[in-house]
Amino acid sequence: MIKKEIEFMSVSFLISQAKSVQKVIDENSAEIEILDQKIGDGDHIFNIQRGLKLVVELEDAIKDLPLAKALNMIAMKVLSGIGGSSGALFGTFFMTMAKSSDLDKDVDFNKACEMIISGIKAMKERGKADVGEKTMMDVLLPVSEKLNELKNESEFKTGLNEVIKIAEERMLSTKDMLATKGRASFLGERAKGHIDPGARSSQLIIDTICKSVINN
Amino acid sequence: MKKFINNNDDFLKESLTGFGKAHSDIININLDPSFVSRKNKTKDGKVSLISGGGSGHEPMHGGFVGHGMLDAACPGFVFSAPTPDQMQAAAEHVDSGAGVLFIVKNYSGDIMNFEMGAEMYSGKNDSIITNDDVAVEDSTFTTGRRGVAATVLVEKIVGSLAEHSGSLEECKKLGEKVNKNAGTMGVAFTSCTVPAAGKPTFDIGDDEMEFGVGIHGEPGRKREKIQPSKTIVGNILEAILDNLKPEKNEKNLLFVNGMGGTPLTELYLVYEDACQILQSKGIEVTKSLVGNYCTSLEMQGASITLLKCDDEILKHWDAPVHTAAMRWGM
Repeated sequence: MIKKEIEFMSVSFLISQAKSVQKVIDENSAEIEILDQKIGDGDHIFNIQRGLKLVVELEDAIKDLPLAKALNMIAMKVLSGIGGSSGALFGTFFMTMAKSSDLDKDVDFNKACEMIISGIKAMKERGKADVGEKTMMDVLLPVSEKLNELKNESEFKTGLNEVIKIAEERMLSTKDMLATKGRASFLGERAKGHIDPGARSSQLIIDTICKSVINN
Repeated sequence: MKKFINNNDDFLKESLTGFGKAHSDIININLDPSFVSRKNKTKDGKVSLISGGGSGHEPMHGGFVGHGMLDAACPGFVFSAPTPDQMQAAAEHVDSGAGVLFIVKNYSGDIMNFEMGAEMYSGKNDSIITNDDVAVEDSTFTTGRRGVAATVLVEKIVGSLAEHSGSLEECKKLGEKVNKNAGTMGVAFTSCTVPAAGKPTFDIGDDEMEFGVGIHGEPGRKREKIQPSKTIVGNILEAILDNLKPEKNEKNLLFVNGMGGTPLTELYLVYEDACQILQSKGIEVTKSLVGNYCTSLEMQGASITLLKCDDEILKHWDAPVHTAAMRWGM
């Protein structure tokens, strides 16, 4: 059974994850910047870094708030502070999670998965992008599908290891794709041979959070 | 990187504040959320036009706020779409009851953020998407063509119709016509440097040019050796004419736009080359615009836009305008 003491979606969990993700994104910022310059316009990494900084800075304002309110504040901060596609998409993600029912009760693993799945679904609708279009959705949608299978399993550690693997495979798979959405879509064949920067940053975020939950 | 900059976090705020002071007779600056609006309140019953986009394309869009053009502009971070709260606040500030028309360039981030802003705004509103760049292919499988310099023409022409009591529906219709009648393509000789990045967006050789470059330094059709102006201009016009297919007796507006780092001397030379080539093909140039209107920071290069004009477009092009970056007739 899932141990009760593991926090899957509390405000303190969100804050500590934001800090870990910030560290990993900063460590990989040069790589993501180069990927974006190859096929985009180079703003993705700055938007992600700015967003993470803003969320980490929210700590004092949200640490004692109920989860729904904290998620909403994160959503508004991300939405108003980032800009570009990332701001709209991640803002939509947190806004949708904030609207989940029963957030005043303890959020267990299944519930946390449900929230993430609904958040990713809303991102898909906002960005109108599907798998195979060389965007962050190439990573997020398969991860969401896997979480949907997992949520009924008691052994979540094995499951999250699979999520990590899927995210990495799907991130790498964007390399040989033609882009049909986003800034890279204007390039046609010239976008081939480069991993999508949004897919890479999303994979790093998933990797960091899954590992931290597994090792907790 | 050599730029006039104090620190990166304040770069936009300082520039925007200076812009506000320099043009305090025409516009007001609102910070947090940031938008540029007209100094004089939009008159009752006039449709409000709001545009916006990443910064770094100045004078687009803030420089086009004023009589005969935009009512407000929402600047994002450099090359990043503005955020929904900016659009919502700008709409609430300028709407005088006749509705708001958002003018959006066709990039995923701009579309998403404007969509969310429009959803958050409770008043009547509609949007037009500009996508005049013929350098990249338009197919059902892609995001489509990029919105570039013709956005300036859309803002000017629709701005005049709004000033002359055009309804929201009529403004949208005219905007879509102008966008459809326009084709643009650009060439870059050098890269631009986003302040936050501190280094050039792309590498390009001293003897190379990026043919079909986007306004964020995105790659275009191909990388080539630099050629005489007439050859470059001829190739750009060929791509535009292929796409627009203007009739021989049609009137046209020729717009030579600087990317930020090319002097006017060269832009006028490009204009002369373009006039000669169009004349040799029997294509009539009736109206002109030459200058830095839709820039890419300090990039050296230029884009050419051709707009097929009917009487309605000509009338609204000639109508008085008074903004920071464009002024005639008043």
